[in-house]
Amino acid sequence: MKQDPAIFASELTVKKAQNTVLNNLTFEVAKGMVTGLIGPSGSGKTTLMRAIVGVQKYKGSLTVLGSAAGNSKLREKIGYVTQAPAIYQDLTVLQNIRYFATLAQAPEGQVAMIIDQMQLAKQSHQLAEHLSGGQKARVSLAVALLGNPELLVLDEPTVGLDPLLRRELWQLFKDLAAQGKTLLVSSHVMDEAEKCDTLLLLRDGRLLWQDSKEELLSATKTTSVQDAFLAAIEKGKN
Amino acid sequence: MYHIRASFATTHRIFGQLAHDPRTIALIFVVPCILLALFRWLFSDSLSVFDRVAPALLGIFPFVIMFIITSITTLRERTGGTMERLMTLPVGKFDLIIGYMMAFGLLAIIQALLASGLILYGFNLDVAGPHWFLVVMALADALLGTALGLFVSAFARTEFQAVQFMPALVLPQVLIGGLFMPLAQMPDALETLAYFLPLTYAIDALNEVVNYSEVTDNAWRDVLVVTSFIIGALLLAALTLRRRTK
Repeated sequence: MKQDPAIFASELTVKKAQNTVLNNLTFEVAKGMVTGLIGPSGSGKTTLMRAIVGVQKYKGSLTVLGSAAGNSKLREKIGYVTQAPAIYQDLTVLQNIRYFATLAQAPEGQVAMIIDQMQLAKQSHQLAEHLSGGQKARVSLAVALLGNPELLVLDEPTVGLDPLLRRELWQLFKDLAAQGKTLLVSSHVMDEAEKCDTLLLLRDGRLLWQDSKEELLSATKTTSVQDAFLAAIEKGKN
Repeated sequence: MYHIRASFATTHRIFGQLAHDPRTIALIFVVPCILLALFRWLFSDSLSVFDRVAPALLGIFPFVIMFIITSITTLRERTGGTMERLMTLPVGKFDLIIGYMMAFGLLAIIQALLASGLILYGFNLDVAGPHWFLVVMALADALLGTALGLFVSAFARTEFQAVQFMPALVLPQVLIGGLFMPLAQMPDALETLAYFLPLTYAIDALNEVVNYSEVTDNAWRDVLVVTSFIIGALLLAALTLRRRTK
């Protein structure tokens, strides 16, 4: 029997002012996998993620973990990392994580564990405003992992991080997926797409492609996601 | 249980932020005292004027300062993305609002104790009524400033705009609230307008406690009116805290 998808969208549309930011999207995100939301900046990735986590109004249907997106029940089940690190600049790393741990009802001991996992032990008593961009991004990611959410929605979580850490984070994403969590990770960097199980290609608010990476490559007769993306755009034009 | 813990965590978080900013704390506590001392010096030859104005100032300082601090802190949450993050968590709007009120209310109590202590024991102001009522009123004014600050921060896009709400919304209340001229002597239209502004009642209550040995019915009515304004502003503030944007 096929498992219900973590996210199911049908004719999902978002209009801001007169602009159609998301245009009639229909797609599924499977549970227990890393799904890449790939597209250039301005393609609507952030708006789509905001709709999924429940802070963006939308038209059409968008079901997340069995409830309509925006349902208050979902708030305990979703971890969200915004593109710019949403943390308190005038608090230390530890204070930030402790505060959000209380709000996310994180289990005892998770604060210390997550600081360790994100390699922030040395910075734990530093003010967030004194951290480097990569360190801030890790604090923001750490906060999203608190309370063990079933679905992680990560908006460009690895931008500006050093390659070694990026590799470790992708390993973490895979580990989390192996534990049964669902990850939706956005990126405008095509080589990150190579690391995802399945892909959603977004451009100008329209979905160009949704399927596994292998399917994408074989369908477009290409060898990299970059080329496949171009091929998908070309195909869309015809 | 979760909601209470979330409120306390929010209060604790705000104190954590302030603790890293000792200058702001010093300004909150020291500036009102310095201004009161300045007033006292200014009127050293006509102390009766000081005696009339000082109690009202006890109410105005916490109102103005908490208004500014709250509107800027909240605006920062909105622009810094932490408000959006909070909105994706199970925390309720009122959990946050109550957390804010507790944090700024506690600051206001300390501020009121310092300022009223200075007036009562430093400058020997003659207050006929109970001294605790001065602190209660200062607290109510601080909560009023916090509630209004929470509300108006929704209408500011930048910190510049947020600061401008002070002269736009707060100063008129100070001007026609009865501090500079008793309400009865003001032009009729202004007097009527003053009755719609919360600070008028706060100033009236503080004057009552100076003049009467017991807390008068009038003073209690003032407390009730100010409390209603606080609740009204909080409800409006909760409406402006939108989880979902268009």
